[in-house]
Amino acid sequence: MTLVQRAKRLGASGAHIATVLVFTLFTAFPFYWMLITTFKQTSDLMKRENNPFIFNAPPTLDHLRVLFDDTLYGKWLWNTAWVGVIVVVITLLLAVPAGYALARLTGRWGEQLGIGIFLTYLVPPTLLFIPLSRVIANLGLQDSLWSLVLVYPSFTIPFCTWLLMGFFKAIPPDLEEAAMIDGCSRLGAFVKIVIPISVAGILTVVIFTFTLVTQEFVYALTFITTASQYTVSVGVPTFLVHGDVYFWGSLMAGCFIASVPIAILYNFFVDRFIAGFTVGAVK
Amino acid sequence: MRGSMEAPAKAVALAQAAQGSRLGRLLDSEKWLGWLMIGPAILYIVLLVGFPFFLALYYSVSDITIGSRSLNFVGLKNFESIIGSANFKTSLKNTFIFALVSQVVVLVLAKVLALALYKDFRGKWVVRFLILLPWVAPISLGTIGWLWILDSIYSVINWTLQAMGLISPDNWPMWLGIPHLAMGSVITVHVWRLLPLATVILLAGLSSIPQDIHDAAAVDGAGFWRHLFQITVPLLLPIMTVAVLFGAVFTFTDMIVIYVLTRGGPYDTTQVLASLAFFTGIQGGDLAEGAAIALFLFPLLLAAAVVFLRIARRAEVT
Repeated sequence: MTLVQRAKRLGASGAHIATVLVFTLFTAFPFYWMLITTFKQTSDLMKRENNPFIFNAPPTLDHLRVLFDDTLYGKWLWNTAWVGVIVVVITLLLAVPAGYALARLTGRWGEQLGIGIFLTYLVPPTLLFIPLSRVIANLGLQDSLWSLVLVYPSFTIPFCTWLLMGFFKAIPPDLEEAAMIDGCSRLGAFVKIVIPISVAGILTVVIFTFTLVTQEFVYALTFITTASQYTVSVGVPTFLVHGDVYFWGSLMAGCFIASVPIAILYNFFVDRFIAGFTVGAVK
Repeated sequence: MRGSMEAPAKAVALAQAAQGSRLGRLLDSEKWLGWLMIGPAILYIVLLVGFPFFLALYYSVSDITIGSRSLNFVGLKNFESIIGSANFKTSLKNTFIFALVSQVVVLVLAKVLALALYKDFRGKWVVRFLILLPWVAPISLGTIGWLWILDSIYSVINWTLQAMGLISPDNWPMWLGIPHLAMGSVITVHVWRLLPLATVILLAGLSSIPQDIHDAAAVDGAGFWRHLFQITVPLLLPIMTVAVLFGAVFTFTDMIVIYVLTRGGPYDTTQVLASLAFFTGIQGGDLAEGAAIALFLFPLLLAAAVVFLRIARRAEVT
């Protein structure tokens, strides 16, 4: 290899590393910033002359203590988990059979129907929140977490049905047919054969649904006004900010704690999730 | 599919052996089972997406408010008053600027990033995790991180710029307080949020291009740019459409970033249709007018749906 070639190759890999680094810095910096702010003393944060990248005063756990002792943050985390679990159950109960039916039982008609169901995922909360706010009020569910339990499956079911349809289609039909020849009914084959081998797909749906619930903002902001009933994604921006007074340390701690653990979990499933998004375009 | 093929066969061969009709019955009951399994999901979607949608149409031609007990039909009055109002026009313009600029930026950056991530390198798993963070974390919470980064007094960006000698201490830009800067900030944060999704979608597309095609092009002596524009980009086109489609829907209809960062300010310069609908309908209590504003989002969704259907149909044919 000549010197020029070597220099060229070195330059190319240098450019590659630099590109990756710049992008990673852009995407991850706010989270790094949340983390470092969490442990800084307020006096350190509130001084313009201080270098914000280092600890100018010793690190502190005060902000975490304030967050959990003096605010409803713990309650919001609990609310989010509670709504998340119930919505996951409802989504599974409705989307698993629906996905299977679309994959195996409804034939040509089902294909159109599947696309139709998927399209409802594209109908945004910002189009529906106004009429739904009235519906929720008429049902007497304002300020109740049940309002979220009722409404959230409307966006988790469409996408999860679509995802599951893809998973079920990938399973060879011979397996169920063999079971049915052995005297199993179609429903029995579905429960005893298909569901056990689809655990990975079902788990993806669980994670995906749970993430969507933690992210949802517009409905929770609209339906709920009592502090103790908020989910974490609405509670932090509305109730930890009092007028113009920002408790940056606690605020950043609250953001970081609710963001990163679920992101780690999600990372294991992202490929399946993307497969669901791109079905139809990649062939 | 099998049911529809079997049905005419059954009709023709009425006189055939009993076996045939038994099979037909079985298939019929399977069809019935299919509808039974999918019925609840469809019912749920109809009740919680279809019904509110028609309710939104109905509200938009009524005079309903949050406190009112009854509502009257008022025709197109709401639409007239919206179209005549200055802040609706501003919001409409802002929505398009916000969506178009962030879509173009996201697409270009995602393309670059996907190409960079396509290569194998050490620590790729960690890098991918860090790049996905903005997409997975709750949007409102990630945006609060930016609120602190862009703070008017303690912004780390300003501190860094000052340390580099680019701005003076008494002349720190107010990232969220000056109209053009505020729009720029809101777009940047939105790009930050959408970049991961667009990147992984494009990455999935890159991986689906067979290696032979790249090899053949290399043998034929195609250079980097020629390779990029004559091979990679055309082959990625369908999947880029998907990325743009989702990006467009998530951008046109989003209000979270704007709600957290600027609440539409300063002077409505970052107000978009979705946030205007919220402030009018929910905080202002004028449900009718809010519903009418939100309905302006619908034509876009319809366009997105049509594009998606065409992609799905083409994929089916091939």
